[in-house]
Amino acid sequence: MDPLRQSPSPSSSRASSPRTFSCERLGYVGIEAVLDQLKIKAMKMGFEFNIMVVGQSGLGKSTMVNTLFKSKIWKSTMPGLRVPMPQTLQLHSVTHVIEENGVKLKLTVTDTPGFGDQINNDKCWDPILGYINEQYERYLQEEILITRQRHIPDTRVHCCVYFVPPTGHCLRPLDLEFLQRLCRAVNVVPVIARADSLTIEEREAFRHRIQDDLKTHSIEVYPQKSFDEDINDKILNSKIRERIPFAVVGADREHMVNGRCVLGRKTKWGIIEVENMAHCEFPLLRDLLIRSHLQDLKDITHNVHYENYRIIRLKESHALPRGPGWVNLAPTPPGPGKVCRWAEDDSDEDF
Amino acid sequence: MSTGLRYKSKLATPGEPGDVDKQYVGFATLPNQVHRKSVKKGFDFTLMVAGESGLGKSTLVHSLFLTDLYKERKLLSAEERISQTVEILKHTVDIEEKGVKLKLTIVDTPGFGDAVNNSECWKPVTDYVDQQFEQYFRDESGLNRKNIQDNRVHCCLYFISLSGTGRLRPVDVGFMKALHEKVNIVPLIAKADCLVPGEIRKLKERIREEIDKFGIHVYQFPECDSDEDEDFKQQDRELKESAPFAVIGSNTVVEAKGQRVRGRLYPWGIVEVENQAHCDFVKLRNMLIRTHMHDLKDVTCDVHYEKLPRAVHPADDQVKLTQDSRMESPIPILPLPTPDAETEKLIRMKDEEVGGEQGRMGRCGRAGRTARTWGVGVRTAWGQSEPHRRCLC
Repeated sequence: MDPLRQSPSPSSSRASSPRTFSCERLGYVGIEAVLDQLKIKAMKMGFEFNIMVVGQSGLGKSTMVNTLFKSKIWKSTMPGLRVPMPQTLQLHSVTHVIEENGVKLKLTVTDTPGFGDQINNDKCWDPILGYINEQYERYLQEEILITRQRHIPDTRVHCCVYFVPPTGHCLRPLDLEFLQRLCRAVNVVPVIARADSLTIEEREAFRHRIQDDLKTHSIEVYPQKSFDEDINDKILNSKIRERIPFAVVGADREHMVNGRCVLGRKTKWGIIEVENMAHCEFPLLRDLLIRSHLQDLKDITHNVHYENYRIIRLKESHALPRGPGWVNLAPTPPGPGKVCRWAEDDSDEDF
Repeated sequence: MSTGLRYKSKLATPGEPGDVDKQYVGFATLPNQVHRKSVKKGFDFTLMVAGESGLGKSTLVHSLFLTDLYKERKLLSAEERISQTVEILKHTVDIEEKGVKLKLTIVDTPGFGDAVNNSECWKPVTDYVDQQFEQYFRDESGLNRKNIQDNRVHCCLYFISLSGTGRLRPVDVGFMKALHEKVNIVPLIAKADCLVPGEIRKLKERIREEIDKFGIHVYQFPECDSDEDEDFKQQDRELKESAPFAVIGSNTVVEAKGQRVRGRLYPWGIVEVENQAHCDFVKLRNMLIRTHMHDLKDVTCDVHYEKLPRAVHPADDQVKLTQDSRMESPIPILPLPTPDAETEKLIRMKDEEVGGEQGRMGRCGRAGRTARTWGVGVRTAWGQSEPHRRCLC
């Protein structure tokens, strides 16, 4: 769980060219010190992470974000009575800088109040897709400038957490429509919200049904199977894929349990500990998003989703040269989108 | 003794033992007579459950009536749900307890609020309710009224979707506004085991405020009489204050503190459905079955049914009624002013039928028959009966 997992450089994924020889080392050179240098540089620069939470109102999205980052990112629920329910979908972004052990994280959380709350929810995903594409567009515009900034501000959404209501039955039509569309544009992590209303058996049954639904509709949620690089990744990600969607409970209040102070929800029949694996799967979500796969989320956003967007845009403006580096993009809906990982790849990779 | 009979018998102040007998008329036993008759006849009750799928409606029905009506239900897969429309399903079950028979009909509304576009998804429900009223009206205006099936919906339990913020969603508001003048609506907070007590309190307040804000007329508990005892009044107060009820349902029995209770087993504790401290299930059950069932039926008959506009039915040539004529004489006055051949035949048919019904016992039958001929109230031994037949059956 190296927090500074390197984004794999193009050279490492190519099959070893027949011209390099591995040579015998005669002594200690000190190449590994480059890792320390990178670390120092990264700590100076700080990290950016943009997360979006989507789901119907009342599913505990704001509480979940507060619990994930152990800070009051959002003020807790219960908006005033005079604030009317949003008639259309709106997007609210909030940026905070969180620091831990000298590492600075610039966190941007985008909330989507009004999603799925109307009577007619047709096309309620359009504003969200529009926002995501807008961020890609912004980055693209910065990138194609002749004099670029040293560090392009990254507002692209790295991860979208989708909250599924704990009905216990299966995915609803609205969930399916949304997931199908968004999985092609951004990394989506579905979670079962408010999982404290489901018993363990109900949870497992619900999870299996959701997994079946996702498979039937060819929806690839994060971590996507097609982007596993090597066998280690595959093993790790398979374990995660078995447990997706995680059944989570969010809490921002602390209670005393057995002398320890834990985050949890106190009910008349017991205290639900958020960080207890026996109670809910919040630790898995937190580990996935922050401790193990944060860099991977950013990489896939940059190398896959952003590149796809870029290809489409450049094709539209006829700026992409047709040549050996030109690759085919599978048509968008309804089929599953086979996307290429590297836009400028060797010609021996074909799809 | 059921709580419906809170009659206190008052004897006239006796002068001497002999006087008591002279002054005691004896109609204090009327409620007992009614009770006996009703028990023989049995009751019927139609309950509708509405709300999005996955809110625990079937489980709650199971817990309330302790019968599994949904044994053969197959849950739809996600694909099937995409093309599903709102249906109305009826399940009827006969329950008997201590000699009292209840014919319970549960009207379910699968598919409600599940689609992406839910515009007018309550239309099938309002159509169904109107249809039942229509059917009852037709039966009531018909000839054989002894065995009218009352399929009117007496109560609708509406499950407010899981919402931690307490705001009513547009679908909820739309549904309740479409039905509040036709059916008694009892809003419920479903799956209350995912809420902590503080949240439940706030949620209830918010929902009450929202209901007032949107002008929705939910079922109001009747005021209890001033001469009731304190206990009863206290219970009534508690009932009113806990609306809307936060309920939990369960169709499994678990072991808690050495006892077998109906509940849900979680890793962090056991939720007992019948524990008043855990949820309002007991209050709902008492209200629905033990104390207010009859009031619900009465309000349906007297308020909602009466409010429905009666259009003139040109196709129905036997009975032509308008709203006004119904108020004056609910039963067609015979003979008609200018009878033609068709009507003469009908009159003769009716006469034969009326004459043929020799064994029509019961207060309704006699009063009904007499009223039919005269179209006015009938003076009977126990007072003037009003033109609109109000029987306790």
